Amino acid sequence: MLTIKNLHAEVEEKQILKGINLSVNAGEVHAIMGPNGSGKSSLASVLAGRENYQVTQGEVIFKGLNLLDMNPEVRAREGVFLAFQYPIEIPGVSNINFLKTALAEIRAHKGLPPLDAKEFLKMSREKQKLVEFDAQLVNRSLNEGFSGGEKKRNEIFQLAMLEPALSILDETDSGLDIDALRIVSKGVNKLRSENNAFIIITHYQRLLEYIVPDFVHVLYDGRIVKSGTKELALELEEKGYDWLKEDAREKATTI
Amino acid sequence: MSMTSSPSIPLFEEVVNGFHKLSVSGGTQQESSDLRRTRQQAFDKFRELGFPSIRHEDWRYTNLARFLKDEFTIEGWEVSGKAVLPDAALLKKAEIASLDCYQVVLVNGVWDGKVTGGTLPGNIRLLKVAEARQDPALSLYFEKQAGWSEHFANLNGALFSDGLFIRVDAGATIEKPLHVVHVYTSENNLLVQPRNVWVIHRNAELSVIETLVSGGEAKIWVNGLTEILVHADARFHHTMLQTAGAGVRLVQQTTVHQQRQSLYNNFTITLPGADLVRNDLQTRLEEDHTETHLYGLYLAAGSQLVDNHTLVDHQKPHCLSNELYKGVLLEQSTGVFNGKVYVHQDAQKTNAFQQNNNLVISKKATIDSKPQLEIFADDVKCSHGSTVGQFSEEALFYLRARGIGEEAAKGLLINAFAFDVTEKIRIPEVEAHVNELISLHIPVNHA
Repeated sequence: MLTIKNLHAEVEEKQILKGINLSVNAGEVHAIMGPNGSGKSSLASVLAGRENYQVTQGEVIFKGLNLLDMNPEVRAREGVFLAFQYPIEIPGVSNINFLKTALAEIRAHKGLPPLDAKEFLKMSREKQKLVEFDAQLVNRSLNEGFSGGEKKRNEIFQLAMLEPALSILDETDSGLDIDALRIVSKGVNKLRSENNAFIIITHYQRLLEYIVPDFVHVLYDGRIVKSGTKELALELEEKGYDWLKEDAREKATTI
Repeated sequence: MSMTSSPSIPLFEEVVNGFHKLSVSGGTQQESSDLRRTRQQAFDKFRELGFPSIRHEDWRYTNLARFLKDEFTIEGWEVSGKAVLPDAALLKKAEIASLDCYQVVLVNGVWDGKVTGGTLPGNIRLLKVAEARQDPALSLYFEKQAGWSEHFANLNGALFSDGLFIRVDAGATIEKPLHVVHVYTSENNLLVQPRNVWVIHRNAELSVIETLVSGGEAKIWVNGLTEILVHADARFHHTMLQTAGAGVRLVQQTTVHQQRQSLYNNFTITLPGADLVRNDLQTRLEEDHTETHLYGLYLAAGSQLVDNHTLVDHQKPHCLSNELYKGVLLEQSTGVFNGKVYVHQDAQKTNAFQQNNNLVISKKATIDSKPQLEIFADDVKCSHGSTVGQFSEEALFYLRARGIGEEAAKGLLINAFAFDVTEKIRIPEVEAHVNELISLHIPVNHA
C-alpha cells in the first residue's frame, strides 16, 4: 500500500528526515517510536502534505501513485488520514457539516454521489456508537471547547466516518487518561481490517498494549535505526532510548 | 475647510440650485413654518460645510472624490408622490425565503402605500413621509434636528421629500417582522434622499428588516437619513441588509434615541455590490438602564469601499452597550471601521463593549480600524479591541487534510468567521438568508 524510499525532508532549511525507508501493506499496523525530536511527527506531516516541509530526496508511493505530487486534499481523497496530535478548534464550523462536506468530497473523488441526509445520519450514528463518541459533541462547532480527550476521540470518529486506507495516528495517546486511551484504542481495533493499514506514532509503549502492532520501528535522528516486532516496544520500555543513541553514535563514528 | 473644493463638484451646484427651486416652487408650502426653518438651517449648514474631504477627521479614510465627480439629478419635488412600479426581478432579489412578514416596497424612496403579507394590526401605523411631514401632529418629528454637524444629514434635512413613517402604539407587540424593501432604479444618474422616521412608543415591540436592492446602469447616490425613537421599555430590532449593486453610492445615517429601559438591536450587513457604502449609526442613550446591541458584518469585494462609523453615546447611568463588527475584505476592496463610545460624566455604571475583527483575504485589500473611547465617568466597565488577520494556515490545513478543497475550505472559514454575527440574528429565516447571501460571494463549496 505504502512504500517510502530514502525520504529526506527539511523544514526551514533544517534537515529533519534523513533517509526513511518503510513499507506498509494492507492489513498491517506499524508503530513508530522514538525519542522527542527524532522526526516522528515530521514524518506524519510530510505524508499528509503539510506545506512548510520540503522533500529534498526520495519518494513515497501510495497505492501505486506518487503521493508527494498530490496536494493535501487529494491525498485525503485517495485515502490518507492524519489523526492530528493537536486537532484545531474552528468555531463556527459545525462538526457535522464539516464531516458531511469532507465525506462528499471523498465520495465525489471516487465517482460516488453524496449520501442523502438520511443515509448520512444513519452512518454517523453507527460510527458514533462504534467509537463511543458523544452525540452532543457531533453537533457542536468543530473541536471548540472540547477537552484534550474529546478532541482525540473526534479524530477517531472522523477516521471512522471517512474510512481511509491508511491512517496515521500522530501521538494520539498524548494527553489521554487511561479511560480515554482505552476508548480510543477500542475504536481503532474495531476499525482495523484486511483492507486498511495504520501507522501509529507514539513516544510510549503504553498505547501499544491496547493496539497491538505487527511491526515496531525506532526512529532516531531522522532515520529508522531499528525495526522489529511488538517485543521491540517492550525492550524500549525497559531500556529507554539511550542505548539506541549510543548505537547510532557508534555507527556514525565507524562510518 | 472644504469650501474651496465643494463648489467645483457638479453635485454641489445642483444642490444649491435645487434648494432655490424648492423654495420658489413652493413644494414645502404645506409644511409648518418650524419645519421650513429647519430646512433652511440645514441648507445653510450644508452650504457652509460642503461635501466632506479627507481633511475632515470623520472622512479621513473615505475619499469621496471619485464618487462625486459624476453628475446627478436630484430626485425631487416634481416626481415626489408618484410611485414607480418596481421590476419583479428586483423584488425577487430582496425576497427572504419562507419568512412570514409584512412587506412594504419603496421605489427611490417613495412608498406606494401597499402592504403585503397580511393586514397590519391597528396598533401600528405606516405613512408616507410626504404626508406625515404636512401633518401638524407628526411634523414635530422632522423638526427635532437642526444644525447637525454632519454634511450629509444637513443635505437630507434641507431637501428630503419622502420616505417611510412608522408609529407603533404604546404596549403593542407586533408579532410579525416588517420587511421594508428599498428599490433604487433609474435611467439617469440620480440623487435620492429618503427620510424615515420610526417611533416605537412605550413598552411596544417591533422588528424591521430593511433590504436595499438596485437595478439599471445609472449611478444612484442614496443619501438616507433614518431617525428612530425607542420610548421607555420599548424593544426595537433592526436589521439592514445592504445588497445594492454596482453604481450605487450609499450614505446612510441612522440616529437612534433610546429612553429608559429600552432595547435596541441593530444588524448592519453589507455585501459586495455598491460602489460605496458609508454607514453612520448613532445611538443616543438619553435615559438610564437602556440596552443596545450593534452587530455588523461587511463583506467587501471589487473596488468597493465600505465604511462603518458608529457612535454609542452614553449620556445616563446604568446603560449597557455591546458592539461587534466583523469584516471580510476581498479583492481590491477597502474597509473602514470607526467605533466611537462616548461616556458622559453622568453615565456612571456604564457597561460598554466594542470589538472589531477583520479578515483580509487579498493582498490588495485594506482595512482601517479605529476604536475610539472617550470616557468621562469613573465607575464604568468599558473594553474595546480590534484585530486584522488572514486565514489561519493551521485551520486551512486541517480542513484540507480531510479532503476539503482549498477554495471550499476558505469558504467554510469565512462562514465561520461571520458566524459570531449571523448566529445573533434571532429570526432563523433571516439568518439563513444572510448565510445564503454570504455564500454567493465567497468561494463556493462544490461538494
